Amino acid sequence: MGELAAEKHVQYILSVEKRKDDLVSVVMEHLRMNGAYWGLTTLDLLGKLDNVDVDKVVSWVMECQHESGGFGGNIGHDPHILYTLSAVQILALFDKLNVLDVDKVTNYIAGLQNEDGSFSGDMWGEVDTRFSYISLCCLSILRCLNKINVEKAVSYIVSCKNLDGGFGSTPGGESHAGQIFCCVGALALTGSLHHVDKDLLGWWLCERQVKSGGLNGRPEKLPDVCYSWWVLSSLIMIDRVHWINKEKLVQFILDCQDMENGGISDRPDDAVDVYHTYFGVAGLSLLEYPGLRAIDPAYALPVDVVNRIFFGK
Amino acid sequence: MDSDEGNAQRVPLSQRPDWSDVTPVPQDDGPNPVVPIAYKEEFVETMNYFRAVYLADERSPRALWLTAEAIRLNAGNYTVWHFRRLILEALDGDLHDELGFTENIAKSNSKNYQIWHHRRWVAEKLGTDATSKELEFTKKILTLDAKNYHAWSHRQWVLQALGGWDDELHYCWQLLEEDIFNNSAWNQRYFVITTSPLLGGLEAMRESEVSYSVEAIVAHPENESPWRYLRGLYKGDIESWVNDPQVSSVCLKVLSAKNNNFTFALSTLLDLLCHGLQPSQELRDVVDALKASGENDQPDPDLAKTVCWILESVDPMRANYWKWRKSKLIS
Repeated sequence: MGELAAEKHVQYILSVEKRKDDLVSVVMEHLRMNGAYWGLTTLDLLGKLDNVDVDKVVSWVMECQHESGGFGGNIGHDPHILYTLSAVQILALFDKLNVLDVDKVTNYIAGLQNEDGSFSGDMWGEVDTRFSYISLCCLSILRCLNKINVEKAVSYIVSCKNLDGGFGSTPGGESHAGQIFCCVGALALTGSLHHVDKDLLGWWLCERQVKSGGLNGRPEKLPDVCYSWWVLSSLIMIDRVHWINKEKLVQFILDCQDMENGGISDRPDDAVDVYHTYFGVAGLSLLEYPGLRAIDPAYALPVDVVNRIFFGK
Repeated sequence: MDSDEGNAQRVPLSQRPDWSDVTPVPQDDGPNPVVPIAYKEEFVETMNYFRAVYLADERSPRALWLTAEAIRLNAGNYTVWHFRRLILEALDGDLHDELGFTENIAKSNSKNYQIWHHRRWVAEKLGTDATSKELEFTKKILTLDAKNYHAWSHRQWVLQALGGWDDELHYCWQLLEEDIFNNSAWNQRYFVITTSPLLGGLEAMRESEVSYSVEAIVAHPENESPWRYLRGLYKGDIESWVNDPQVSSVCLKVLSAKNNNFTFALSTLLDLLCHGLQPSQELRDVVDALKASGENDQPDPDLAKTVCWILESVDPMRANYWKWRKSKLIS
């Protein structure tokens, strides 16, 4: 059985945070807010968040906020719901939600809800159940779910439920583990999990585990470490995580590590990136791998952070 | 890709007379940027000029051209796409040309959300003028990757918003001929038979679709999709599913075939039994035959329990699930 190279991953993430000049970082600069969330949450799960200059990060995050209240992916970028959630999550990690003008942010999000209960990603109107999850998660963290029509939000998500028990991005869309996480998460956050056929979905989800022990996102697709999160957190939220083979999944994730340089990749021997590093570590946390702090499957934030939001210090 | 890409003759923007009035704006990395290493100059220069026109809100033809350059270099930058749309609106740009532009970009960036959203924005504006182009476009992308989630999502939107259902069932059939394991194509097939205004709806299509899925199952019993599809054909009508002899008989056929790919056949049989199927003697016999070759030789008159036993043994990855199923059986 392999081991988690925790210290290597910490160094990898810190090096990525510092690195702004190579082509990869430059090309990804528009989603730096997401990258920061992945990196910082991973550090927190590994117990190393104190390696980061809080004030520097917080002031950068706030510089990404737009007049509309939404956040862009980096300074000078247009607002989008994707980066708004990451921004709020980052502030939550540092217990700095108090720097926010809550009305401003939540009004931005509330303004993105459509007539049918769905949410758009930004002013351009793209609709996807990802945005339903993002909106509900963000509003929930900021204790403002009442600003939107929760009933309609829920009914839109239910309209995306398929016969295999899974969910797609829009009604009729193929069931996909990523979309399932978003829909199940959204239902969990609004106390609406009774809409899920947990046995049926639980079975669909556990069928994602392939011979190597890894998880795929749809039938007949390759396993990918990120599904360790999407599938696993979904299973936990519906109380069916014992249906997968945990040991084999742990082994798969560990096999995706770069033991020399740190970081985790989508599958063994591929190039690492922050995204997969986060999902690998978060997946291991859900699997209760020793030495990792617990992560909340619905909020995708450390449990301590969630408790702090809802129950105070 | 653009002819400028990798072309040694590319003239830097700083040397072009038609850009001489613009001061490029470098990326703001915040107060403490690391010492920069040289990286692709063309990319940096293009983005610096983009930032300049973006901040000046210049919605001109040259700005439109610049967004195309920036997109070719980095199709993921959503702010560039956003600004391109603003320019197109301001200039009342040719949207058919725009379809051509997105197609070129999509060929090498087919999993990029921004491209698909932009394409949809254009198609929405063109309305039914775009129907056949959109169906052709998604077909092209699916030829490169038949499971591309964005392409399928876009195609479903096109059908529902703009129409063009005529050949869709046949298209699903074609894709399944190429790869019977393509879950996206099975999903689309279900979408068509339940949503197309040209077909009679699920119940009317059921018989022919049952035959189709049974054929697929028999060819590859380890294929998850047609099993789920078959179940889906009886949406809301479990009794019909349990009582349709074709369903139990395909289980029997697969289980009798003496291959190792009978897991889904067993799980389907289990579901049927749980919903009241009275198993034939043939079914009992064929399950018994499987049991004898399993590791645990535990005699049990309850067929469903036996099925669970076998599944635990042949699908150990999901042993906990099958154990749970067994525990739920009413003795």
